[in-house]
Amino acid sequence: MPVLFPHGVVASQESALIVQATLLMLIVALPVFFLLFYFAWRYRASGRGRHMPNWSHSRFDELIWWAVPIEIILVLGALTWTSTHMLDPHKPLSPAGDAMVVQVVALPWKWLFLYPQYGIATLNFVEIPTQTPVEFQITADAPMNSFWVPALGGQIYAMPGMINPLRLSADSPGDYHGVSANYSGAGFADMHFNLRAASRDDFDTWVASVRKGKGVLSAPVYSALRVPGVAATVAYARVQRGLFDRIVGQFLDAGSPMRH
Amino acid sequence: MNFFGTLSIDSFVQTSAVAMGAQVFVIVAATGGVLWLIFSGTLDWLWREWLTSLDHKRIGVMYLILAGIMGVRGLADATLLRTQQATAALPSSGYLSAEHFAEIFSAHGVIMIFFVAMPLIFGLINLVIPLQIRSRDVAFPFLNSLSLWLTVAGALLVNASLVVGQFSAAGWLPYPPLSELAFSPGVGVDYYIWALQIAGVASLISAINFLTTIITMRTHGMRLMHMPMFTWTTLGSMLLVLFAFPLLTVVLALLFFDRALGMHFFTSTLGGNPMMFVNLIWAWGHPEVYILVLPLFGVFSEVVPTFSHKKLFGYTSMVVATMAITALSFLVWVHHFFTMGAGANVNAVFGIATMAIAIPTGVKIFNWLFTMFRGRIVFKTPMLWFMGFVSTFVIGGMTGVLLSIPGADYQLHNSVFLVAHFHNMIIGGVVFGFFAGFTYWFPKFAGFTLDERLGKWAFWLWVTGFLVAFMPLYALGLMGMTRRLYVVDPSWQPLLIVAAVGLAIILAAVAVQIAQLVVSVRNRERLHAGHNPWGSHAPEWAPLPPVDRTHNTGVAMCIGALAFLGGFGMVWHMWWLAILALAVSAVLFILPPFKHV
Amino acid sequence: MSTHQHNHSLFGLWLYILSDCVLFAGLFATFAVLRGQTFGNLSGSDLLHLSTLLVQTLVLLTSSMIIGLTTQAKSRGVILFGLAATFILGLVFIGFEIQEFAGLVAAGAGPGHSAFLSSFFVLVGTHGLHVAVGMLWMLILGVQVWLHGTTHAFSRRLTMLALFWHFLDIVWIAIFSIVYLLSTTL
Repeated sequence: MPVLFPHGVVASQESALIVQATLLMLIVALPVFFLLFYFAWRYRASGRGRHMPNWSHSRFDELIWWAVPIEIILVLGALTWTSTHMLDPHKPLSPAGDAMVVQVVALPWKWLFLYPQYGIATLNFVEIPTQTPVEFQITADAPMNSFWVPALGGQIYAMPGMINPLRLSADSPGDYHGVSANYSGAGFADMHFNLRAASRDDFDTWVASVRKGKGVLSAPVYSALRVPGVAATVAYARVQRGLFDRIVGQFLDAGSPMRH
Repeated sequence: MNFFGTLSIDSFVQTSAVAMGAQVFVIVAATGGVLWLIFSGTLDWLWREWLTSLDHKRIGVMYLILAGIMGVRGLADATLLRTQQATAALPSSGYLSAEHFAEIFSAHGVIMIFFVAMPLIFGLINLVIPLQIRSRDVAFPFLNSLSLWLTVAGALLVNASLVVGQFSAAGWLPYPPLSELAFSPGVGVDYYIWALQIAGVASLISAINFLTTIITMRTHGMRLMHMPMFTWTTLGSMLLVLFAFPLLTVVLALLFFDRALGMHFFTSTLGGNPMMFVNLIWAWGHPEVYILVLPLFGVFSEVVPTFSHKKLFGYTSMVVATMAITALSFLVWVHHFFTMGAGANVNAVFGIATMAIAIPTGVKIFNWLFTMFRGRIVFKTPMLWFMGFVSTFVIGGMTGVLLSIPGADYQLHNSVFLVAHFHNMIIGGVVFGFFAGFTYWFPKFAGFTLDERLGKWAFWLWVTGFLVAFMPLYALGLMGMTRRLYVVDPSWQPLLIVAAVGLAIILAAVAVQIAQLVVSVRNRERLHAGHNPWGSHAPEWAPLPPVDRTHNTGVAMCIGALAFLGGFGMVWHMWWLAILALAVSAVLFILPPFKHV
Repeated sequence: MSTHQHNHSLFGLWLYILSDCVLFAGLFATFAVLRGQTFGNLSGSDLLHLSTLLVQTLVLLTSSMIIGLTTQAKSRGVILFGLAATFILGLVFIGFEIQEFAGLVAAGAGPGHSAFLSSFFVLVGTHGLHVAVGMLWMLILGVQVWLHGTTHAFSRRLTMLALFWHFLDIVWIAIFSIVYLLSTTL
């Protein structure tokens, strides 16, 4: 259960939140279950519970069950407010601004990853260093998708003409399953990828090996990727300059500022 | 311009064996039904007594029949989905193609919400509301019949897609740009648009009708704060229809303009904004959930006091809670897409507003529990359904609050955890609530009660089936399984098989319910009930004053038939047919007032 | 028809108008979201032809006043005259609108050319469609009063039509202010 037993700082906070909120709600839910079955047994027709057919109003009692849920919701509300700001995907994981950037393009039906700091790109798989904040900048050149790596943290939509940020970080090396969580057409079930988190050294070695490869992500190669269909994993040693901006910009009015 | 628009012989060709089977089945069933009607000689009776009737009770029954027929279709879809997912663990890819699977899950959602759940509540409302406020009928009997037949037209349009063309494969809420012409070039989305557009107008007309009825036609002396709870919750629900459904009308129309006239409301090109579709459709879609569930809250407020032999606890609180839910349900739609990238402030505010709904809902549950307190509870089936409702609904409520916390939603959104949650609310709340109300009010209209033994069997099977079918989905969601997958990871297969078994138990429960109806009708002498078998004090159980026969008219049904043809014309771009159908409908609608000025 | 029926229909019409407000609210919201998305085609300020718009507004407001007065009239002739006058003014209004739309399409600024134009055509066109339905209603009432004279049911229907027509006035004022006037400030 990657959601409850995660491998990243964001997912850990999110799973803690799920557990906390569940426990809080049990304060109301358990008494409901108890009262439901206790009253059902105690006041059954053949039972000996007192019968007061006209007792239908008690200001004090009603006050209690308006007040208790209100207080629980106040607590949950506070938890929601703080956690929503803490887990805001727009917020950098570390204040230093040393995040690694991975640009993500959802295509029909494949995932393209660009590494602007390294000038390389990968198709249908992605590799990141562990213990490093990674900022995924997510867009789409396809119907709406949602970028989700359950073991590392929650998802965000990939939409044409927009860049949605998602900050994640992996605690330990490993292979984690990533998917599209928003239905995007017939090939949707094939829109999954492997995210490999590797130690810094292994990651650098991997980057160097990709750079030695031959594949180039040029405009014609990209155009071929836009055609609906599934694809295998590919690594590109070089990427045409400005490709990502053009992918996002093709949907925008030339006169209007790019939306973030 | 082609006379048949985009329709051609090829449109009748279905690509898979399952789809062909469905096509043949629909054709055979439809022809068989019509032939049987003609040759058994029941057509005349059916026409006089039912199809043309403006009596709210008969219209209510016809809504329930529609829901029943469409429910079978919806369950058949569910069976295909569950068996596909249970068998399609990679490398096996099951027996359905990705496209066909998508059509089926889209149709399943649309049918269950629009053509099962909505007719169920409109059926109950039609049957009970006039009796509860003791009016002779609804305010506009003709419009009531029109609503029914427009709903039927929408349902027929969904099923017509089995025969010619295909249904939408873009989900029950077809998010653009997937639902735009560029990505969904077939007629599926158009079938979706017109089936819902027609049924949506029907719901809107019904809302106007019942709001007018409840506000202006209550019996002398029944002030607002004397209204029975079912009337209150119906009032809340109909207010929601009135304010929410116009948005559905708008969003469907704009999507159609994009698709048919090349406009750019939701396209990703030339400035269209898909996110606007998502906002607009959920501004309708969230209230829709409460439109469905509120009347059933009302049912429980009738059932619990009756079977606890006690007055409803905290009537005023109940009314306040109902109206609070009505108002709040318009302020929470963003919680359906926290993951679209809105800022933390927006998400947090909508999350907290969503949780706030748990407060009045919790109050309602406590009030029901304290209605049982110091009561003398008889566990007839309606009361069992209440027990089943609270037990399951509390789980669904908790998972709902979880989903409303944006930080948690990032991990749960669009997973099968979400699927489990909303089925939890709809089955536990709407379906169980309907069964409670149906069993409870059945003797009022039939003169005999439903068989208790089979009713209890059905109850236990339903509750077990529900738990077995949907609890695994919560776990699968936490395992990272997203919704709408036609092939699945092998590690998920065991739990998916369990879920499929759960569905089989639900199917058994439905079979028992059908048997219950048959057995009860056969034993109606023995099950004969007085005019108030449960000893209720609610107004609808008092003997009815004799009603003078309302007049009949076939006009509403004709307009329904024309709406079907017009919708079909729109789907296939046979504009002449659409315009002709609209014009003839208008004439039919306008003429009657001329007769009795 | 009883006074009961009167209350029902009028109340029902009010409810319908409420729901129609939501419908227009949806279209206004769409317009607000999309009005900057011109993609090099015409923008809001290009559509403002103040003189035509003032005439259109004046025509609609006058028609509303006339139908308001008509509901107070007793004689068949006066009512027929009032309905006819309102109808003709409605026709003039629609005529202007059709002319505007046709001009835009001819100038290569049809509803398919940008999101802004889509939202403009649909918002303004939906109002125009409502006006056309109101005119059809007028026609029907005209025939009724001509055939049967002023019955109780007739005056109920006339009141309802007038209410509907006033409502369309208010929507038009909103369109005039938001679509046309505010566009110049963009």
